[in-house]
Amino acid sequence: MTTLTLEVQRKLGTAVERMPAFPQSVQKILDLTRDINCLPKDLVTVIEKDPVMTMKILKIINSAYYSLPAKITSVNQSVVYLGLNTIKNLALSIAAVGMLPRFNTSGFDIQRYLLHSLTTAAVARQVAVQYARGQLDPSDAYIAGLLHDFGKAVFAQFLAHDFHDALATSRERGIPLHQAELEVIGADHALVGSMLATKWQFPQHLIACIRDHHNLEAEPTALMDCVRVADQICRKLSFGEAGNAWREDEAIVAPQRFGSFEAVIEALGDLEKIVSDAQTFAQV
Amino acid sequence: MRIKFWGVRGSIASPGPRTVRYGGNTTCIEVRTDDGTLIVLDGGTGIFQLSQTLVREMPLDTHVFITHTHWDHIQGLPFFIPIFVPGNTVRIHGAYDIVSGSGIEQVMNVQLQYSYFPVREAELKARIEYETLTVGEPVTVGDATVTSVMLNHPVVDLGYRVDCNGKSVFFTGDHEPWYNIYDPADGEYAEYQRMVDEKHDGLVEAIRGVDVLIADSSYTVAEYPSKRGWGHGTFDSTIALGRRAGARKVVCTHHEPTRFDDDLERAFTEALARSAPAPGDPEVLLAREGMEIQL
Repeated sequence: MTTLTLEVQRKLGTAVERMPAFPQSVQKILDLTRDINCLPKDLVTVIEKDPVMTMKILKIINSAYYSLPAKITSVNQSVVYLGLNTIKNLALSIAAVGMLPRFNTSGFDIQRYLLHSLTTAAVARQVAVQYARGQLDPSDAYIAGLLHDFGKAVFAQFLAHDFHDALATSRERGIPLHQAELEVIGADHALVGSMLATKWQFPQHLIACIRDHHNLEAEPTALMDCVRVADQICRKLSFGEAGNAWREDEAIVAPQRFGSFEAVIEALGDLEKIVSDAQTFAQV
Repeated sequence: MRIKFWGVRGSIASPGPRTVRYGGNTTCIEVRTDDGTLIVLDGGTGIFQLSQTLVREMPLDTHVFITHTHWDHIQGLPFFIPIFVPGNTVRIHGAYDIVSGSGIEQVMNVQLQYSYFPVREAELKARIEYETLTVGEPVTVGDATVTSVMLNHPVVDLGYRVDCNGKSVFFTGDHEPWYNIYDPADGEYAEYQRMVDEKHDGLVEAIRGVDVLIADSSYTVAEYPSKRGWGHGTFDSTIALGRRAGARKVVCTHHEPTRFDDDLERAFTEALARSAPAPGDPEVLLAREGMEIQL
């Protein structure tokens, strides 16, 4: 469990309210909204590629005032429930906070992190379609993949010094980043990401997936399997980078579902489009 | 229950000889419950005329429900005479605005600014209470219950259903039927359509069996394609909604400011002609300032 001090918890909880989004999406939102007739689907495409914007919009729409029949887990759902103009103005107000700087004192490359999040999201969605049909909504796999490492972006922005040490520890000792975070910071990115997701009343299955994506003792779910294997594939194939290097001794998660890495990668077919779409957006 | 229309115009007040039959004031509907409780739906310019009839009832305790905060639905609030008279209580109910992060308590304050209005909010003599609603949670008002439903407009818009001793009325405020933002060829089309249908079905259930449905019917079907996304319905969408929900009476409102009386009647007649009523279909009316419906 966490040994974060209350003060650090409070700092992370409130700081994220002011967390800026990624420069690419901020710029695109500003460009698109200059035209009053911009296509709604173009706006959605930009928002759902940005973990910060997505997180903030889900946070707001899941707030208690709009007692919705079910928790909202996608940007498209938010548009249906709140209306396009409201989502557009929300995105603009998030854009107005500023842009995440690419370089921060932690040394964590936010653009490569974005690329990792985007590819994990897209691969998780595809894995869900091919390996877990009927067991989960593929768009949940996308969102969970996009947000699974959100805690790292928070560390980089608000606990840069400690996160820098955790990244170095992980690199030097060849241990997984989340273990290094636990040693240095007292909590890992999964816990911090899920803490925020809980505070913002995200749906339970999404919270659990963010919280437990490194916890192999957690009760496995189809969603967790899909996100974990997508994360592994993206790290193995070097799609982006989020501070957690691929280790040759890593075994595939949920082998009974997926078999071997070779089998899954073969089954997924050409991932070139996923990677190039993500690269175009992340400008890496 | 009794319903009276004090404002039926959309966007901007449009007085003049060519709107004199249907009226030029913007949205305001008076609902009187069986025990005489006053519920006001929206505070467009029509609320001023309503408020002049209330003087002999003072001190009064009244509930104003704001569907959404666009000007044509709130502009009359600073001229709602009861707010200036001590002893009155005015409760203003409305939605939480997620873009500004404020509840309905800002609705007066944004209007009563020095440069725009001579009286400050602090100087109002009545007791003003604000109630930011949780969508879908019924509110008891006198012998009636008011239930809100989230609709589709460029700002959060709540439709209200008022139920009183077995009689009911539903008012949409401004509402454009949900539509698919994708093309049929897009991969996301089917999923989005499922959500759209779900929202529409939910609205139909919320309206199910009302005595009177009052709905935004700003456009004709011919005008609609160039106004898509503006947040308004058509005569045809209102008629279809009323039929599907089994309403007994349907009232088309939010008339375009440039649609003069003769044109309004023509557009309405054409819409009726397009869809021949089946037995049991609701009676369809055009909202007219001063019109009353007794239930």
